[in-house]
Amino acid sequence: MSEMPTGANSPRDDVALDVSAATASAPEPATGRRRSRLRLNSSMIIGACLVVLILGLALVSFVWTPYGPSEIDPVARLRAGSPAHPFGTDRFGRDTLTWVMYGARITLMVGVVAVGIALLIGTPIGIVSAIFAKQPWGMWIDAVIMRANDILLAFPALLLAIIFAAVYSPGTGPAMVAVGIAAIPGFARVARSGTLQVLGSEYVRAARASNRRIPAIAVVHVLPNIAGMVIVQASVAFAISVLAEAGLSFLGLGTQAPVPSWGRMLQESQQFLSTHPELALWPGLFIALAVLGFNLLGDGLRDRFDPKMDARGA
Amino acid sequence: MPENLLEVRNLTITPAGAEVPVLDDVSLSLAPGERVGLIGESGSGKSLTALSVMGLLPEELHAQGTVSLQGHGGNLLEANEKTLAGLRSDIVSMVFQEPMSALNPLMRIGDQIAEVLRIHGRVPRAQIPGRVRELLAEVHMPDPDSARFAYPHQMSGGQRQRVMLAIALANSPRLLICDEPTTALDVTVQRRMLDLIAERVAAVEAGLLFITHDLAVVAGVCDRVIVMYRGRIVETGTVTEIFTAPRHEYTRGLLASSDLEATDDRGRLFTLKTALDYAGPRVPTRDSSTDANRATDANRAADGQGGAASATGSAPLIEVSDVTRVFKGRGLFGRRRSDVTALGSIDFSVAAGERLGIVGESGSGKSTLLNILSGLDRPTTGHVRVGDIRVEAASSTALRALRENLQIVFQDPFASLDPRMRVADIIAEPLVAAGVDKDERSARVEEMIAAVDLDAQSLRRYPHQFSGGQRQRISIARALVTRPQILVADEPVSALDVSVRAQVLNLLADLLEDYALTLLFVSHDLGVVKHLCSQVIVMKDGQIVESGATEDIYANPQEGYTRRLIAATPSLADALAATG
Repeated sequence: MSEMPTGANSPRDDVALDVSAATASAPEPATGRRRSRLRLNSSMIIGACLVVLILGLALVSFVWTPYGPSEIDPVARLRAGSPAHPFGTDRFGRDTLTWVMYGARITLMVGVVAVGIALLIGTPIGIVSAIFAKQPWGMWIDAVIMRANDILLAFPALLLAIIFAAVYSPGTGPAMVAVGIAAIPGFARVARSGTLQVLGSEYVRAARASNRRIPAIAVVHVLPNIAGMVIVQASVAFAISVLAEAGLSFLGLGTQAPVPSWGRMLQESQQFLSTHPELALWPGLFIALAVLGFNLLGDGLRDRFDPKMDARGA
Repeated sequence: MPENLLEVRNLTITPAGAEVPVLDDVSLSLAPGERVGLIGESGSGKSLTALSVMGLLPEELHAQGTVSLQGHGGNLLEANEKTLAGLRSDIVSMVFQEPMSALNPLMRIGDQIAEVLRIHGRVPRAQIPGRVRELLAEVHMPDPDSARFAYPHQMSGGQRQRVMLAIALANSPRLLICDEPTTALDVTVQRRMLDLIAERVAAVEAGLLFITHDLAVVAGVCDRVIVMYRGRIVETGTVTEIFTAPRHEYTRGLLASSDLEATDDRGRLFTLKTALDYAGPRVPTRDSSTDANRATDANRAADGQGGAASATGSAPLIEVSDVTRVFKGRGLFGRRRSDVTALGSIDFSVAAGERLGIVGESGSGKSTLLNILSGLDRPTTGHVRVGDIRVEAASSTALRALRENLQIVFQDPFASLDPRMRVADIIAEPLVAAGVDKDERSARVEEMIAAVDLDAQSLRRYPHQFSGGQRQRISIARALVTRPQILVADEPVSALDVSVRAQVLNLLADLLEDYALTLLFVSHDLGVVKHLCSQVIVMKDGQIVESGATEDIYANPQEGYTRRLIAATPSLADALAATG
C-alpha cells in the first residue's frame, strides 16, 4: 500500500479508508505550526531592515561617498545640515555623512570578526564540554572547562581590551580580538546547554544504538539542532560587539585616527556638544540603530527557533 | 424533555487561510448527569470540541455555531473571557491528558487545589484547608494530610492525575470533561483511574464528556458514545449499539482494530481496511479455537526458526544470568542518598527466533534491562551474553558488533527521529556507522522504506511531515536496515492510536517472519504482548515475578500481580460483557 505523507504535524494516520464523509476533505488543513513558520514576526522584520540599512551604507561606501573621508573644506566647518552636506560637517570641514558611511564598515568588520572568533572557539568548547559531562568519567573535565569559562566570563570586554591595548598598540585589531574573546563564554554556555539537551534526546540514543561514534553524533545530530540557538546568540553578540567597539574607540583604545569610526566621531564631537550637538547625534543615532537592529533580529530569530515550537509537531 | 446540560449546534471551525474546516458541523448534546464518550483518532477534532466548550480555543481559530450550557443563557462561543471564567470550574471543568505538564511544578499540590477554591470563593477561606483534605480523600489519595504538601514531581503519574481530578471537581461542576485522562498512565493505574472517575462523577451527579481514542476504555465509563472522524461526527449510539452493531464503516474499523483477540485468516490483526471481515468482539467464554489458532501460529513461527536455531547450536541466543543494576544515589553536593536497585537478579534466556514479551509497569526496570542488553548501560553484577558477546565486559569493538546485531525501536516516534534530518539519512544512519558505501546504502534504504509500506518519496521529507504511525514505521525501517538478528521494541505502540496500533503490529509480525528476527518486546499492555509473543516475563520492582509461555501465563497466572495486570487490561470483550 502506498501512503502519501500528510502535511506538517498531520494528525491523520496511515488510514487510507474510503469513508464517504471524509473523501471530500482531501487536502490537509493548515496547522498552527505551518502558519507560524511562514509568519515573520514584526521585530524580526524591523531588525532585518536596520541591519540591511547599515550593511547598505557600508557597501555603498566602497563605491561612492559624497566626499573623501579626509577631504576637508576649510570654509564650511561645523556646518549644520545643508544640501551640500546633508548631515553637516565637523571641525575640519569633513563631511559627516561620508564619515557615517565609512564608519559602518569598521562597525560591521568588528562585529563579524569578533563574533567569528567567539563562535568558532566558543561553540566547539561548549559541545565538547557537554559531551564530557555526559560521560561518567568525564564529568571533571566538563567542570574544569566550565569553571575556566566562568573565569573568562568575569572579565569585561573593556578590561580585556585595555590589557590588549597596553600590550600591543591600541587599534582596531586588538580591540576586535578582545571583544571576540570576551564573547567566547556566552557561546560556550549556549552550545553546552543545547548539546546537553540534544544528547539527552531519544534520537541520539537511537544513533548510539546504531553504532554512531560520538564525534559523528556531534556533527550529524548536535550541530544542526543547536544551530538555531547559536545563530540567536551570534546576533546578540554582534550587537554587543558594535557597542563595545564604539566604546573602545571613544576611549581611544579602538580604531585610531585617521580611520573613520562612529566611536571616534563621538569622542571628537565631545568638545562641541554644547554648540553643535548634531555632531554627536549622527554617530550616536547610527550606533543605536545598529545595536537595536541586531538585537531585534536576534529576538525575532529566537522566536523562530523556539525549541517549544520545534520539539514536536504537535 | 428537560433542558440539556450541554448543547453544541453546528460547530464548525476553519483555521484562517485553510479551506477545509478541522471541525465540520458538529452537533451534540448531553443530558444532565449523562456520561458520554467522544471517540476518534488524534486529529479527528475531539479535543477541539472539548476546548470550544471550555472557551479555551486557540485565538487563531474561529468557531461558528452555538455552544450552550445549562445555567448560562446565550452562546458560549460569543461569551467574553469574564463570563467564561465564571463558568469554568463552577459549571464545566476539565482533566487534561498529561498530568505532569498540567500541574504547576513549583507549587505544592494542596496550594494548587486551594487556588481553585479561593478564586471561585464559594468556600469560606477558613474552611479551605479542610476542603482540600476532603477533596484529596475523595480521590483516594493515600495519606491526604501529607499529600497536600507534596510537589507534583514527588508523585507518580496516577497520583498526579488524581490531583487533577480533585482540582477539576473542587467546585462541583455540572459537567466534567476528561481529555484522554489515562493515555499517559500504566494499565493497572488506568483501571483504577477509570473507576475513580466513574465513581466521583456519579457521586457529584455531574455530566461527563470522556475523550479517548480507545474504545475499550470508554465502555466501562460511559452510557453513550459519539464517534468522530476527520472533524465530523460519524456515529452516535449507546455503548452496546456501537459495540455490537456499528453502522458506520469507520466505527467498525475502529472496533476491529481495537480487538487484539481477533485475527484474520493470516493471523494478523484487523485494521481499518480489513475490518469488513471482522465478526465483532468475542465474549470471553474460554474460546479454545482462537487460542488454539494462536498457539499453532506461535508454534509455526517457532518451527520456522527451528532450523536456524539448531544450526547455530542449542545454546540460547541471549542469556541473562543473575543481573543486577544498582544506581548509586548521589544528592546535591555529594550528599549520600539511598541507592536504587533498578534490577535485582534477573535470569532469562531467549532462543533464536523466539518472541519474548517483557511486561511490567513503569518503574519495573524494563528500560534498564533493555539498556543493558543493548550495551548502552552496564550491569552492576551478573552476566549478559548476546550471541557470543559477553555484554557486561565487552570492549567497544565488541559492543559495535553487538549493536549491528541488535537494534531498537523506541517508544516515542516523535522524539526518536532527529527533526533536522531527512528520512533517507535517518534510515541510512546505522549503515553509515557500519561503513557501507553510498550506492548500497541508498539501495538498502529504498528496500526498507518499501518493506515498511511507505513510498519512496517519503525519503526526501523530514520527520515532522509524518504522523505518529508513519514515524514509527520509519523507526522500524532504521532498526532493520542493518539486518540485525535481534529486534528490541521498547513500547513501540503505546504512543499510537488504537487504529494505527494494529497496522504497526501487523507490520512487525510480517517483518519478524520475513527477516527471521528474534524479538524482545517490552510493553505495559498485556493485550499487545499476548498477540505478538510466544514467551513472556512479568516484571515488578526490578524482579521477574513470573515467566513462561504466553498461553500458560494468560490461562493460568500464578502470581497475584500477574492476575491484576491481566484483569486491568481493557478489552472489548470484557467491556461488552460488563455492559451486558
